[in-house]
Amino acid sequence: MNAYFHLWLIPLAPFIGFLFNGIFSRRLPKWLVTPVALLAPLVAFAVVLVAALGFFGIGQGIVPALGSLPFPLPFTETCPLAWIDLGALHIDFSFVLDQLSLTMLLVVTGVGFLIHVYSVGYMSREEGYARYFSYLNLFLFFMTVLVLAGNALLMFVGWEGVGLASYLLIGFYFQKQSAADAGKKAFIVNRIGDFGFLIGMFLLVANFGTLTFTEIATKLGQDPGWTGGVVTVIALCLLLGAAGKSAQIPLYIWLPDAMEGPTPVSALIHAATMVTAGVYMIARTHVLFDHSPFALSVVAIIGATTALFAATIALVQTDIKRVLAYSTISQLGYMFLGCGVAVYSAAIFHLVTHSFFKALLFLAAGSVIHGLGGEQDLRKMGGLWKKMPVTFAVTTVGVLAIAGFPPFAGFFSKDAILSATFQQGVNGQVLWSVGLVTAMLTSFYMFRLWYLAFLGKPRGESEHSHRTPFSMLAPLVILALLSIGGGWIGIERSAGWINIELFSGFLAPVVGAQSTEAGNAQLELILSAIAVGVAIFGWLLAYLFYRQDSTLPEDTAAALSSPYKLLANKYFIDEIYSAVVVAPLLGISRLVLKWVVDFALLGGLAWLLAAIATQTGAILQRWQSGNIRSYAAWLAAGAAALLLFVLVPWATVWPQSLAFVWKATGH
Amino acid sequence: MNPLYAQLQQEVPLSWYLVLSAILFSLGVVGFLIKRNLITVFMSIELMLNGVNLSFVTFAHQWHAVKGQIFVFFVMMVAAAEAAVGLAIIIAVFRARATLAVDRIDLMKL
Repeated sequence: MNAYFHLWLIPLAPFIGFLFNGIFSRRLPKWLVTPVALLAPLVAFAVVLVAALGFFGIGQGIVPALGSLPFPLPFTETCPLAWIDLGALHIDFSFVLDQLSLTMLLVVTGVGFLIHVYSVGYMSREEGYARYFSYLNLFLFFMTVLVLAGNALLMFVGWEGVGLASYLLIGFYFQKQSAADAGKKAFIVNRIGDFGFLIGMFLLVANFGTLTFTEIATKLGQDPGWTGGVVTVIALCLLLGAAGKSAQIPLYIWLPDAMEGPTPVSALIHAATMVTAGVYMIARTHVLFDHSPFALSVVAIIGATTALFAATIALVQTDIKRVLAYSTISQLGYMFLGCGVAVYSAAIFHLVTHSFFKALLFLAAGSVIHGLGGEQDLRKMGGLWKKMPVTFAVTTVGVLAIAGFPPFAGFFSKDAILSATFQQGVNGQVLWSVGLVTAMLTSFYMFRLWYLAFLGKPRGESEHSHRTPFSMLAPLVILALLSIGGGWIGIERSAGWINIELFSGFLAPVVGAQSTEAGNAQLELILSAIAVGVAIFGWLLAYLFYRQDSTLPEDTAAALSSPYKLLANKYFIDEIYSAVVVAPLLGISRLVLKWVVDFALLGGLAWLLAAIATQTGAILQRWQSGNIRSYAAWLAAGAAALLLFVLVPWATVWPQSLAFVWKATGH
Repeated sequence: MNPLYAQLQQEVPLSWYLVLSAILFSLGVVGFLIKRNLITVFMSIELMLNGVNLSFVTFAHQWHAVKGQIFVFFVMMVAAAEAAVGLAIIIAVFRARATLAVDRIDLMKL
């Protein structure tokens, strides 16, 4: 182990960036803000890269220092001072680098750095430039803490921290009412999920006496009796937390509104990294889920339902960012489905590829919005391929990747999940068919976006106001390359005819080797072919609907007006929630809490106490006559009473005789 | 010992001194309670002090303990100081309020 390599360097770098830009924010010139903001994720990425190179043993010939690095994973780094030390419960500040967190860190810091670079161009004319970057660095700090955490409590710190950063960035344009509201909505909905996470942690402490992931795994492994029961409850509580963070049913409603933030934020936090924290958490605590088949199937059902549900809403959205937001929810549903059928490596694989192509799509959408001077309505775009050739090219890559065309990244990861689901028996095949329909819908709405925005004739009046700067194009191109080639690391799992087992084998020490029947290459090939066929079908459908001058969309919408309205209004879920949850809550708060509890109970109690004090005072006041002779008389009377008590023998007998009478009467 | 003194001791018993002391003190208390004039009240306090002083010296003599006499010196000294201050206050009160009736000097009472 190299003496200069420390895991805490990874979160520290963004934290310093946050402090620097956050404290001095307005006083700093832009040429100072930018390098600091970019250096922070770059340093973190470099440290992660060094660890990765050291692990794989690459590059030792060039840099000899790396030779001292090949270290066995997992590598744990613990602060010598205990964080919480309560008898049996012992919690440390401990960071763990294993294959899972290494993968996640590469994504978080790598994609994070690219999006920082992109933001330099995107935010160049915005107010609060330094504030923006300090928030972004703060997010990276908490996200790396979340990923590196060796126990659930430290993970929770990162978990809450990214929630805070998300809130701050959604409400970045806080003078806009809708942005401020969206930030609050995201924060409050996440609170519900965090409640589940907290209860899960309490139950872990109560039943296992520890929050360290490895110790939980050890204790579960020691006793095969740990199945179902309390483990199911813990797993479901954690699932609630994951569903909140990863925008799954029933807590997905915050993510579409989170698009109020700047577009790079949507790309980084609400597509590529933070929202995948729930998937990461499930993979991290997978031993619990492995011991509870019920919880696992709940994860799978939630994932599949969310995937389909969000995809149908995405079909009719007209805001380019909302289409992408619902598509993100849908893809996160795929990841949950992967977790639910216990192929965590496939879920993490999809997480990685999704972070590439979804970040790419969001950034490309940002480039379009930037170029059109803030226009987000797909109906007012069109014909952009001529004006923005690079953006058009990278979006095409992103669309092909998310729709699942080989050899783009999304094909391999999505197929890994779907084929693993298919091999889980009849229930798995039902979920697989749901996933397949979702894949078709995904292909359809992504090509719809593609046709509406880039092909056809320009429909909007807004002119191409400014060119996309190089700092925005470079990350797009890099992400496009990753979206093409990022899937190749997992070729074995998805295609079957080449047996490399690169990615799933890499993750196997952490999430366990996934048991899929070997030698089913033919089946996997057929499944892949079906998936590709479905994607092509979606494309053809989109072509029919949205090629130039087609009236099919309007006709269909008119023919199916009630389903169309249902979708366009997002199944009225927001309205239902506000009627079922928010309105009663507000009503109870106003009626019961405000009038009964606050005014009547608390206010009345305070008034009563005050009244008692003043009344007693008014009575006692008379004693204080202000007449000095009355005081003297009291004094004399008191002295006389004392004298009497001392001098006259029977006076002292009184209390005793009273006590005697008291006892004599039978008490 | 001085024969006259010895005779006195024999002829006047201890209790007489104590009774006189109690009478003086009680007169002081009563005067304090019923008199309205501040100066008279003040004089009543002096009377009480002297009643106490008398019992002090009586006991000091009886027990041949000098402590009692020392106490009396202290009391007299404090009484003298108190008289000086007290009379000054009385004069100031009279100038301010044009009265010395204790019932009407009740500024402390709200």
